[in-house]
Amino acid sequence: MSRERSFTIIRTAVSMAVAVLVAFLIIVLVSDQPLESIKIFLLRPFSTKRYIGNIVETAVPLIFSGLAMAIMFKANLFNLGAEGIYFIAGITGSMVAIWPKLPPVVFPFLCILVGAATGMAVMVIPGVLKAKYGASELVTSLMMNNILLGVGLYILNNVMRDPDVASLVSYKYRTNSLLANIVPGTRIHVGFIIAIVFAVLVYIFLFKSKWGYEIRMVGDNGTFASYSGINVAKVILTVHLAAGAIAGMGGIIECIGMHKRFEWSALPGYGFDGAMIAMLAGNNPIGVIGAAFFVSWLRVGADLVNRSSDIPTEMISILQSIIILLISAERFLHKYKQSWIEKEVK
Amino acid sequence: MEYILEMKNISKIYGNGIAANRDVNFNLKKGEIHALVGENGAGKSTLMKILFGMEPPSQGEIILKGEPVRFSSSKDAIAHGIGMVHQHFMLVESFTAAQNIILGMEPKKGAFVNEAEAVRFIKDLSKKYNLEVDAEAVTRTLPVGVKQKIEILKALARGAEILILDEPTAVLAPQETDILFEELIHLKEQGHTIVFISHKIPEIKKISDRITVMRSSRTVGCYETKDVSEKEISNLIMGCEMDTSIEKSSPKPGDIKIRVSGVSYTDKNKVKVLKDVSFGVRSGMIFGIAGVQGNGQVELVDLMTKRRSLREGDILLGGKSVKDMSVRDIRKMQFGYIPEDRIEQGMAAHESIGENIISNRYDTKEFCKNGLLDYKEIKKFAEENIREYEIRCSGSDQNVGMLSGGNMQKVVVGRECSHEPEILIAEQPTRGVDIGAAYIIHKKIMELRDEGCAVLLVSADLNEALKLSDVLAVMYDGEIVAYFDNTEGLNEEKLGLYMLGLDRHDKETVRRAENE
Repeated sequence: MSRERSFTIIRTAVSMAVAVLVAFLIIVLVSDQPLESIKIFLLRPFSTKRYIGNIVETAVPLIFSGLAMAIMFKANLFNLGAEGIYFIAGITGSMVAIWPKLPPVVFPFLCILVGAATGMAVMVIPGVLKAKYGASELVTSLMMNNILLGVGLYILNNVMRDPDVASLVSYKYRTNSLLANIVPGTRIHVGFIIAIVFAVLVYIFLFKSKWGYEIRMVGDNGTFASYSGINVAKVILTVHLAAGAIAGMGGIIECIGMHKRFEWSALPGYGFDGAMIAMLAGNNPIGVIGAAFFVSWLRVGADLVNRSSDIPTEMISILQSIIILLISAERFLHKYKQSWIEKEVK
Repeated sequence: MEYILEMKNISKIYGNGIAANRDVNFNLKKGEIHALVGENGAGKSTLMKILFGMEPPSQGEIILKGEPVRFSSSKDAIAHGIGMVHQHFMLVESFTAAQNIILGMEPKKGAFVNEAEAVRFIKDLSKKYNLEVDAEAVTRTLPVGVKQKIEILKALARGAEILILDEPTAVLAPQETDILFEELIHLKEQGHTIVFISHKIPEIKKISDRITVMRSSRTVGCYETKDVSEKEISNLIMGCEMDTSIEKSSPKPGDIKIRVSGVSYTDKNKVKVLKDVSFGVRSGMIFGIAGVQGNGQVELVDLMTKRRSLREGDILLGGKSVKDMSVRDIRKMQFGYIPEDRIEQGMAAHESIGENIISNRYDTKEFCKNGLLDYKEIKKFAEENIREYEIRCSGSDQNVGMLSGGNMQKVVVGRECSHEPEILIAEQPTRGVDIGAAYIIHKKIMELRDEGCAVLLVSADLNEALKLSDVLAVMYDGEIVAYFDNTEGLNEEKLGLYMLGLDRHDKETVRRAENE
């Protein structure tokens, strides 16, 4: 492996370590019994089967959104629409889960299919605007997020709302529509297996298939891609559809895997998490699994310290910002990289 | 104090691990013209970037007039009396000559720029250095030679005593080069020191007092120009003797493969850059287009390859109009295109050699089965090309962006030529490429022509155009102004007259370019 590539890995590791150290710092500043809290933060997530289960189940939606963003980033597109898609695909998938009567296996399959189709349908808009008119996908997708939240809440309020419950939630899903649990004693569901399978599929798609080749060439140098005869507009649209489908799946899988009803009343935040995870993973789909587990470990840890001591869970958002900042800062550790590379040459 | 400037044991290692300079020594005497020569990738540009403060050296010291100095930016270097004229001009095209020269040091009248004062200042300056320019002309409308003068004046206006010229003659016609040389000698007489980067050996011999030769990131040595012959200089640059002559058999022209008829084009500045251009290229022939850059060649090739859309006239490739084809359709024919700008258009820098070398046919049966790419085949193919073109790299997995310019170009040429194209458009195929790589590329183009490929060669390098072309057209101001059935008896001086628009052929002769 070249030093350049090893350096990227080292930098990522350093960023992760810095994030954890900052967590320590916050704990030391805020907590009455800092050592105890740090121990809880780092180790308690691994102490019981249930907590390990928490890590896994938290990682599932993060893997899907990380994959969606990795595909986007590989094409050099910065589309944060996964956020809105999680929400709206949750809504459309939930409608399927609430009304029709279907046998198990087929039922959740249909829900996921509807979620994925919703995601694709939504992505057509920023995709076409970008491919045909060159509209910034960042702007259009952020606008779409707000629109989708509004539309979704309207449907939730007027069509799906369960009047017997005080809070804003939908009717109960039919039992047959729920994703089966795979590890008794935890809430780990079939969605985890689907996530792993899709990580592998996306890896093959991006790095082994001709479509992935087109995406990577467009992402690296669009002028070169069109010079080579690649239809750049088509690739941009393909990328949007693929990322939309995966984000849509992530949204509905989270709903029918973890909940009994549709419970989100605001954007769930997974789209933005996906951007961070894809960055951590260097846009490698297999790396996305690891990055998702790292983030979900931090989350479960933060949640546990919050419950057992005086540290607010909001700490986690600070950590995430730090990770994004360090990884996206190209010049971070640049000096060390330079002297390290100089040493190799000598 | 013998030297005005000394660079001692300079080393520079770039962030991608490439050592561009290793223990380089370079010095300048006051009032000399010093040629810095070497193949591309030998480290000349890097050394000058260090001198001009654009890159910090990893090691070594710079001594200017006996004082050690360290430049943190070009601004620093300029303050110390060093000026540089880059190969690609750094001018604001929509500004006038005067505005460009005073940019950043404008004479003020209250809060406004004192334009009248600026024009007067430029007039004095050009008189003093014998560099005549029209101070009030808009830069875009000026020919390349004048733009270069503006660049030189820009440096002089900032008090440059040491002037670095990076391949100043690459963009000039022979007559313009002569004018430049007169100007340089005039500057020298006034006590300025000039660093002249070039790889055209006859020019170096003609203009310079001393020569520093660089080869693979090191200095080979410094010589008095009068003590070395052209042949010796060439050997020092190459490190060995090399025969770069190309054998040329008589052409056997076949069917018309490229037909350009009545093509005109108006660009976004409403300038008519192509005026009723017509010509034809038959298989088995190399059709050369010579001309100073910026006379419509780029636009012509862009129209042929669909980077720009054709409105007036028609272009047929293999009998089909480009209007009815997408880039992909063109690519599906046996078609090769070596683009002028290899980095912008010809490669994905962060991808491997293997992935770059198949980009024009990644979806053919050869490399793609059931939608999946066959990386074993790709590796095999890439390695064949690495061998054939002597691409210097660590393997087919290396990213193309890590290679030197000449080796990048070999990857591009390998991709565009190894599928036996019937039509090849070669746009400045050896610009910025070292002698060895240029020889390999020339040999390949000649080989394709012998196999019956129709080659359109667009080149600003007259030497190359004369060496390869079977027939040669000269473009000036968007028109074909001259056409030669064969290149026998032609030389650079003669072509120069047409390139500068001083002479032109009659309509009858130019019409023969259509090769009916």
